[in-house]
Amino acid sequence: MTSRKTVLVLGGSSDIGRAAARAFAKAGYDVGLAGRDAAALEPDAADLRARYNIEVSTRTFDVLDTASFDGFVAGLPALPDVVVSIIGLLGVQPNAESDLAHATTIMRSNYEGPSLILGLFAEKFLSRGNGTIVGVSSVAGDRGRASNYVYGSAKAGFSAFLSGLRARASRGGVHVVTVKPGFVRTKMTEGMKLIGPLTVDAPVVGDAILNAVEKKADVVYVSGKWRLVMLIIKTLPEAVFKKLKF
Amino acid sequence: MTLVSGWGRFPVVDSEVLRPRSFEAVGEAVVTGSVAGGNGRAYGDAAIGAVRTIGMTGFDRVRSFDPATGRIRLEAGVLLSDLIDTFGPRGFLPFVVPGTRFVSVGGAIAADVHGKNHHGEGGFGRYVDSILLRTGQGETIEISREQNSDAFFATVGGMGLTGIILEATMRLRPVETGWIRERVISASDLDAAMRALEAGDSATYSVAWIDCVARGNDLGRSLIYLGEHARTDELSEGADRFPVGKNPGLAVPIDLPSMTLNRISIRAFNELYYRMGARRAGGDHVVSLYPYFFPLDSIADWNRIYGRRGFLQHQCVIPQASARAVLGDILDRVAKRGDASFLAVLKKLGHGDGLLSFPLPGYTLALDFPVKGDILNFLDEIDRLVVAAGGRLYLAKDARQSRATFEAGYPALARFNAIRKSLDPAQNIRSKLSQRLFDEV
Repeated sequence: MTSRKTVLVLGGSSDIGRAAARAFAKAGYDVGLAGRDAAALEPDAADLRARYNIEVSTRTFDVLDTASFDGFVAGLPALPDVVVSIIGLLGVQPNAESDLAHATTIMRSNYEGPSLILGLFAEKFLSRGNGTIVGVSSVAGDRGRASNYVYGSAKAGFSAFLSGLRARASRGGVHVVTVKPGFVRTKMTEGMKLIGPLTVDAPVVGDAILNAVEKKADVVYVSGKWRLVMLIIKTLPEAVFKKLKF
Repeated sequence: MTLVSGWGRFPVVDSEVLRPRSFEAVGEAVVTGSVAGGNGRAYGDAAIGAVRTIGMTGFDRVRSFDPATGRIRLEAGVLLSDLIDTFGPRGFLPFVVPGTRFVSVGGAIAADVHGKNHHGEGGFGRYVDSILLRTGQGETIEISREQNSDAFFATVGGMGLTGIILEATMRLRPVETGWIRERVISASDLDAAMRALEAGDSATYSVAWIDCVARGNDLGRSLIYLGEHARTDELSEGADRFPVGKNPGLAVPIDLPSMTLNRISIRAFNELYYRMGARRAGGDHVVSLYPYFFPLDSIADWNRIYGRRGFLQHQCVIPQASARAVLGDILDRVAKRGDASFLAVLKKLGHGDGLLSFPLPGYTLALDFPVKGDILNFLDEIDRLVVAAGGRLYLAKDARQSRATFEAGYPALARFNAIRKSLDPAQNIRSKLSQRLFDEV
């Protein structure tokens, strides 16, 4: 019997998390789904089992409870081959401007928690000598914008963390992927005005994550158009950028 | 205010669109004037809520699957394309597929969609064993042929008006491969086409593409496509047992100006299509299921070909006895106008299962027309021929028939309405179509 590869998806109940889990399951991976409410992940676990005839497990993981991280990793029956963090919180920028608690939650959900847990997995993978780490960051981290800089700055921190980790871990056989989805039609963006040609559906992101892992890509913009858009946005002089409504 | 329309982009109406994320939220979303919507492939106003449309495509989980029997339990928003991609390689396909694979299971049940096998194997609902339905008065009930059977036969083909379909248990067809052994027959006129379809009765799949601009002696000239599921030993050496279904690549990026479709371009296209098809006539050959069942799916957004004002599909069924005369009359009038669609579809249907299911034993003809000029009057004229022959129009495609046409075509309407009333006394579930055709005013 050949043992199948395993993927652990942190944030498994999100639209992108479900899509990523499906993409890996379809490719023959056994899947672990982790989220704040393990019971709520059960319908998705059943979906993956029924569709792909694979092993699926669910477990509780709270990205704000950093004290639980060591125990979470130690409690896994086996270290996965791939760990993917989809976790993020868009929050409400105007609220975050005056509500420190809300701003803190956004920062911790997008930067502190995902970085710490993936850092922890990196140590385990490095001791083992292999493994792949995927962090879903955001194009919003490429430059702070007036409309969402609390979220964007946390994603910027997360992107920088992943890039540093990649540089270090690559020497130990561990691969780190940064995924920047751009606009995705999900629960998180429901009701927002998205630009049609720059917007993708969650399954496209799921397939892009699997593809990046298999091709050993480093930084992936899910839609190639975003690489160009962000290149332009990043190169605008600050004097011009601050005048743009955006 | 949100302006929405169906696949035909006519009519454009106002309806709020909500996408609940849990079955509890579906219940909370129901207000007076709500109907469930799937993947937006109903042509007219059938899947648009009178006030609110409850989008169900987020519910796309498979609950369970038994590979020994092909029985599957799934949420209503699963698309047939998803089922085919996931379970095809495992040796199972839906028993019935319509001409596009981008429809949801809930929508396929609500319209009791038919495929190229209706003459022998019936419609989509025949393979549905049970349905989890959230009624308009807020109950969630399991319905089947044995349990709440009135509600079951009103829901199959009931255009979503008995409540919101949440889940279904159905049977999938075991297949050896994802390929179809196809035989093309060319028919020089309507008589030959109907004879070929009668002779093709024993084939699992049969359909005819009619050149509806051909006139005179060529009236009704067609290509008949018969099909059987190919066995593994019928595949050519080295072929994959299951072909890959490509996502629609070539998209129609803009609304084409209405000039594009004119007598000359349509005539030229149909001439070419007929001649190329006729060259393939004769022996069997093996084709992928995707082009066989879903010829238009390879062009994304093909509805834009008809321009911004949209198009109307007129799909009628004419009972067997009068089919030849009435179809000849309809085709003659359409050919004289010369602005009908590229290709029309003719096929034989068998008995329908649900109270409002479209099929009845006879012939169905589907025609596309761009929305312009006096088309509405012309279609009313065609409807009179259909009604006189005891035929009816397909609700999943309809956007404009009159109440009188509808009532004449669907004699089980009174029974359907009685069941609907028992499930939803306040009549909370209403679509633009039900308002147009049968809600009390």
